[in-house]
Amino acid sequence: MSTPTTIFSAELAARLDRLVTLYPVKRSALIPMLLYAQDEIGYCSDAVVAEAAVRVGITELDVRNVLSYYSMLRQKPLGKFHIQVCTNISCMLRGGYEILEHCQHKLGVHENKGVTPDGLFSVEEVECIGACCWAPAVQVNYDYVEDVTPASMDAAIDKYRQLARPQ
Amino acid sequence: MYLVSHPDEVKVISFRFGQGAEQIDKYIELGGYEQARRAIDMGPEAIINEVKASNLRGRGGAGFPTGLKWSFVPKGMDRPKYILVNGDESEPGTCKDRPICEYDPHSIIEGTIIAGLAVGAKQGFIYMRGEYRYLLDIMDKCIADAYAKGFLGKNIFGIEGLDFDCMSHSGAGAYEVGEESALMESLEGKRGVPRIRPPFPAVVGLYGGPTVINNVETIASVPHVLRLGGAEYAKIGTDRNGGTRLFGISGHVEKPGVYELPMGYSLRKAIYEVAGGIKGGKKLKAVVPGGSSTPVLKADEIDVGMDFDQLAKAGTMLGSAGIVVLDETVSIVEFALRTIKFYQHESCGWCIPCREGTDWLKKTITRVYQGNGVSKDLDNIKYLAENMMGRTFCPLGDAAAMPTIGFITKFRDEFEAFLSENPPTPGLVLQQAPNLVQLAAH
Repeated sequence: MSTPTTIFSAELAARLDRLVTLYPVKRSALIPMLLYAQDEIGYCSDAVVAEAAVRVGITELDVRNVLSYYSMLRQKPLGKFHIQVCTNISCMLRGGYEILEHCQHKLGVHENKGVTPDGLFSVEEVECIGACCWAPAVQVNYDYVEDVTPASMDAAIDKYRQLARPQ
Repeated sequence: MYLVSHPDEVKVISFRFGQGAEQIDKYIELGGYEQARRAIDMGPEAIINEVKASNLRGRGGAGFPTGLKWSFVPKGMDRPKYILVNGDESEPGTCKDRPICEYDPHSIIEGTIIAGLAVGAKQGFIYMRGEYRYLLDIMDKCIADAYAKGFLGKNIFGIEGLDFDCMSHSGAGAYEVGEESALMESLEGKRGVPRIRPPFPAVVGLYGGPTVINNVETIASVPHVLRLGGAEYAKIGTDRNGGTRLFGISGHVEKPGVYELPMGYSLRKAIYEVAGGIKGGKKLKAVVPGGSSTPVLKADEIDVGMDFDQLAKAGTMLGSAGIVVLDETVSIVEFALRTIKFYQHESCGWCIPCREGTDWLKKTITRVYQGNGVSKDLDNIKYLAENMMGRTFCPLGDAAAMPTIGFITKFRDEFEAFLSENPPTPGLVLQQAPNLVQLAAH
């Protein structure tokens, strides 16, 4: 099924057109669809929810019901670079909370999921991200930053700041 | 992520790590897809018998015999059957599936094909947790390469009428989805809440069809079982615990990492020899032997072989083989609080004993840790946790209760210290993340 009007790029729209055909039921595509949409739009906006509902053939309410369950799916925009600091047991033992505090101080973001005024960074305390043997660990969007120290965290933040500069 | 090595390792599942086996030609050069080809000639019964003989047990944590699980799938059923590979690795302390997905991803696809041949499934799904996006990308490329070589799709390995399809699927952040029935719900595009059993997935699973659900490490072990032969594979491990496991050793050790050791390997040696001992020469206080849900062992309880049965005898579990090592400086109360905070966050809310139990445990342990506890709190923590056990649809309730009971039973003196007139100063969790206190107040 091709959706006549779409809020997504042609590339993503084509990917989602195909995604719903891969499963025995269209609804199976919902969770990856929301995640890929969020990657492009920045969050699961009302428009994302509306289009996902049409694409998989369920109500918007059903989409929201699923959306609210998954911790990676968000209903408001976050920073362009979302810094997710793991503080779970293995990371905590090796300084995860210090890294969280360091990021909060450095960026002046003190509430969980807070965003810097320029919209570039946000900081979130997250549960285990599967990097226990390389702790403490952080994910910036989907990139892993492991064996983090305050200095290497600063370097990573600077790197992403550079990436955001217009070329 | 990086690879580590130790002479005591027995490299079965990890023998291709670091050799470029994510490239299909390299994988084939290293013997890849030979076992899937051979499995076609063996036929379902012989495959299942070989896996049964290997004593391969579920690497996700429950340790259920894999061959037996496969044999539960009814033969000759009309409904489509499915293989569902669980890559929703989320148990704190566990990061063993990551190296398989990164360094030997084709072994997962090959294992899925063999499982499909064994039970008569024509479709496999590889579910990866959403955070593992780079691994999903690797897996997608590998699946495309396997299709291009004719190992997946129609007439696989050139055999007329033999079809097998396989695809990856991304989750979006939920520990609970690692539970097999919640995993199926999630793959069907729903909230990840567990299903009641029976019926078991082997009979009524994904889309109502018989479904085999295996952990990434289990399914990636299957080609090696056939390569070595079930009996030889079984010999590597201990009685009823065949083969090797990828042990993730983390926390206060000198050389954390994922090491492949034979089943039954000494926990003490794993910590002091393989992982290089306690970081900074400090003393050992405690060990969580198999991921955050397994009950803690004290420093004098680590002379135990790491297999499902020996650790069960020691009052704990092998679980996901994520060994978390705590040195003498760790406050057990703080560690217990961080553990229950996780389970409270991840409880899906479907079953009341888990939803309410994890919340009250977190609130009560927070109160004790803040120095505001009363002596009855300690009994209440134990009583609450004990009454969650076995009263929920899925094991998350038990996973939260078991470690809590371990901490309060084995380290009661540390909890009592917080009730004294001069309680210890709360550490990192409260000082450095005040949001925990705010959360606990809700």
